[in-house]
Amino acid sequence: MTKKQKKMLIRILASAAMLIILQLIPTVFFRNAFGTFGRWVRLALYVAVYYVIGGDILKKAWKGIRNHQVFDECFLMVVATLGALALAIYQDGAAMEGDYLESIAVMLFYQIGEWFQSYAVGKSRRNISELMDIRPDYANVERDGVLEKVDPDEVEVGTLIVVQPGEKVPIDGVVEEGTSTLNTAALTGESIPRDVTVGEEIISGCINLSGVLKVRTQKEFGESTVSKILDLVENASSRKSKSENFIARFARVYTPAVCYAALALAVLPPVVSLILGSPGAWGKWIYRALTFLVMSCPCALVISIPLSFFAGIGGASREGILVKGSNYLETLSDVTTVVFDKTGTLTRGVFEVTGIHHNSLEEEKVLEYTALAESASSHPISKSLQAAYGKPLDRSRVSDIQEISGEGVTARVDGVSVAAGNRKLMQRLGVEYRDCHCSGTIIHVALDGQYAGHIVISDILKPTSKHAMEELRRSGVTRTVMLTGDIDAVARQIASELGIDTVYSELLPGDKVGKVEELLALKKRGKLAFVGDGINDAPVLSRADIGIAMGAMGSDAAIEAADIVLMDDDPEKIAKAIRISRKCLGIVYQNIVFAIGIKVICLLLGALGVANMWFAIFADVGVMVLAVLNAIRALFVQKL
Amino acid sequence: MKKTYKIEVDCANCANKMEDAARQTAGVKDCTVDFMTLKMIVSFEDGADIKATMQQVLANCKKVEDDCEIFF
Repeated sequence: MTKKQKKMLIRILASAAMLIILQLIPTVFFRNAFGTFGRWVRLALYVAVYYVIGGDILKKAWKGIRNHQVFDECFLMVVATLGALALAIYQDGAAMEGDYLESIAVMLFYQIGEWFQSYAVGKSRRNISELMDIRPDYANVERDGVLEKVDPDEVEVGTLIVVQPGEKVPIDGVVEEGTSTLNTAALTGESIPRDVTVGEEIISGCINLSGVLKVRTQKEFGESTVSKILDLVENASSRKSKSENFIARFARVYTPAVCYAALALAVLPPVVSLILGSPGAWGKWIYRALTFLVMSCPCALVISIPLSFFAGIGGASREGILVKGSNYLETLSDVTTVVFDKTGTLTRGVFEVTGIHHNSLEEEKVLEYTALAESASSHPISKSLQAAYGKPLDRSRVSDIQEISGEGVTARVDGVSVAAGNRKLMQRLGVEYRDCHCSGTIIHVALDGQYAGHIVISDILKPTSKHAMEELRRSGVTRTVMLTGDIDAVARQIASELGIDTVYSELLPGDKVGKVEELLALKKRGKLAFVGDGINDAPVLSRADIGIAMGAMGSDAAIEAADIVLMDDDPEKIAKAIRISRKCLGIVYQNIVFAIGIKVICLLLGALGVANMWFAIFADVGVMVLAVLNAIRALFVQKL
Repeated sequence: MKKTYKIEVDCANCANKMEDAARQTAGVKDCTVDFMTLKMIVSFEDGADIKATMQQVLANCKKVEDDCEIFF
C-alpha cells in the first residue's frame, strides 16, 4: 500500500465509524441536550463527517471549477452529494427526520470505490512487473580469489563470472566449470529445468538452481539476451487497441451526456407538470437528477479495459510470449490465416545427420571416417557430422586434408584415403555412386577409391510442429500456408507431413513479401499472421497484419520487426498466443458490455425513480469491482 | 523526436484526460499515456524546445487533473 492509500484507508475507516456512531444516537438526544439548536448540532456533526471523507474531493472540485472543468467527476460528485444534503436540510424539520446519511454514505462509497481501484491497479501493476522482472542486479567476478559483486554493465567480454545457486545468469556465456540445472521459465515459459554442463552456452535471465557455475562471458551486458528482452518489453510501442480508444471516446461523451440528462430531468418534468396545472414536485425530480450525477463517473469503464490488456500481456509473457502492445493482442485474436517460414520456424534450422545409406561398412565407421576427414572444416555440415559422431576427434589420425571448394574434402585417415563430398567429387574421382531419393544434402563417401555409401544431412522438423498445426486448427485458424526457398519436393513432403494447406516453394527472399501481399488480398475476413525468424523475414513480418518472430533463434532484425516474439521458438506457442488473445479480448468485451449495460439500466431506473442514490452508488462501485476482478482473470493463461 | 516520461496519476480516465491535454499543447505532435505502465510517450514537433514544451504539457495536464505528476 502506498502512503496515499494508507491515508485514504484511515479516512474511510474513521468516517465510517463516525457515521455509524452518529446513526446510533437517537434524535431525541439532540433535542434534550441542545433544545431547539439540536437539529443544527446534528447537522454540524454530519457535515464534519462529510468533510473528513470528502474534503479532498471538495478541494479538487473547486480547482476544477477554476480551471473550467465542469465535467470533472469530483465536481459532479460534490454537486450530487451537496445537493442531497441540501434536500435533506430542506426536509429536516423540528422532528429531525432529515436523512443526512445518504449524502455522506454516497461520498463514502465513492471513496471506497476509488480506493479499491487504486489498490487493485497498483497491486496488479506490481505483480505483473515482477513477472517480467528478469533484470540481473549484479555479476560475481572473481578477483584475487575473492568474489566481487559488480554492475553487469562493467563486465568485459571474456571475463569469468561465477553464478551461484539462486542467482540469475547476468550475461550470456559458456560454462567453463560446474554443472547445474537452469530455470528458464522467465525467458521461455518452459517449466522443466534445463541441465547444463561444461562447454554449453547459457543465456542470461535464466535462474541457476543447483550448482555453482563458472561462466566465460561471450557478450557485453547490453548485447545479452536479457538486455534485448528488457528493451523489447520496456519500449513496446504503446499503441492503443481499438477497444481502448472506443472506451476513451465513450468516456468523453458519457459524462457530459449524463450531466445534461440530469439537468433536463431536474427541470423539464416539474415545468411540464406545472404547465399542466399539477404541482411541480421539484424535490422529487431534483433528487432523481442528483442520482444521475452519482453515476456520471466513467472510471469503472475506463479502468477495466487497459487493465485487461495489461494482465493479458503479462500472462502471455509468463508463457514466453512477448506481445509488444495491446493493439497486437487485439489483432491476434482475429487471426484466421497463419503463414509460416519453413527453416527455423517449423524446422529447427540446424542440420543433422538423418540417414546413412548403401554403406559398405557399418554406419558408425563411415561416420567416423567422414567426421575425421571433415574435422578441419567449420562448415555447418561438418559440424553436424561431428555432432552425429558424438565422440571427441583425434586430429592426429588425419593427414593430407584437401578441401575442394564446391565438391568436398579428401584426406588420409588411419592410412585410408577418404573422399567425402557431392556427386561432382565422385565423378571426378571416377567412383561409381548411388543417388539418394531423400531430400537434404547428400554426402557421398569413398574409402580407398571404393564407394562406401552416402550420408544424408537434413534440417529436421521441430518435434512440436505437427501438434502445433492441430492446435492452430483447434483454435480457429482456417488456413495454414508455408513459404520456403527450398525445393518443391522437400517442401511438399514437409507440408503433407504437418498437414499444411498451401505451399509456395523455391521462393527468393524478395518473393515472400509478394506472396504475403497476395494472401492478404485474397482473404475475405480475419487477419493474417506471419511467423518467421530470419533477417530476410523482417519485411514480411512488418507487412503481415501480425508478425510473429522466433526469439531465441531469430535475428535481431526479425525480433524488432515483429509484433509478437516467441521466446522458446516453439511453434505450439502460436496457438497458445491466439487463445490468450481470445480470452483477453473476451474479457474486454464482457467488461464493456457489462459496465455500459449496468450504467444504462441504472440510469433508466434512476429516471423512473425506482433506483435511489444508494442503489446508484452501489451499482457504480459494484460494477467497478467486478470489472477489475474480471480483468485480472486475463492474467491466468497457463491452462489455455 | 520521441520521448518517454514516467508519470503519476490515480485514475484511468484522468490518464485519458492527460493524453488529450498533452496532445493539444503546442509543440506536441502526438502523445500516448499508458495508464498501466504509468508512462507518457510524447512525440515532439520538429524544432520544438523539449523542456519548455514539457513544462507546458505539465501545466495543461494539471488543469484537467490536479493530482498528476510528470517526471522530466
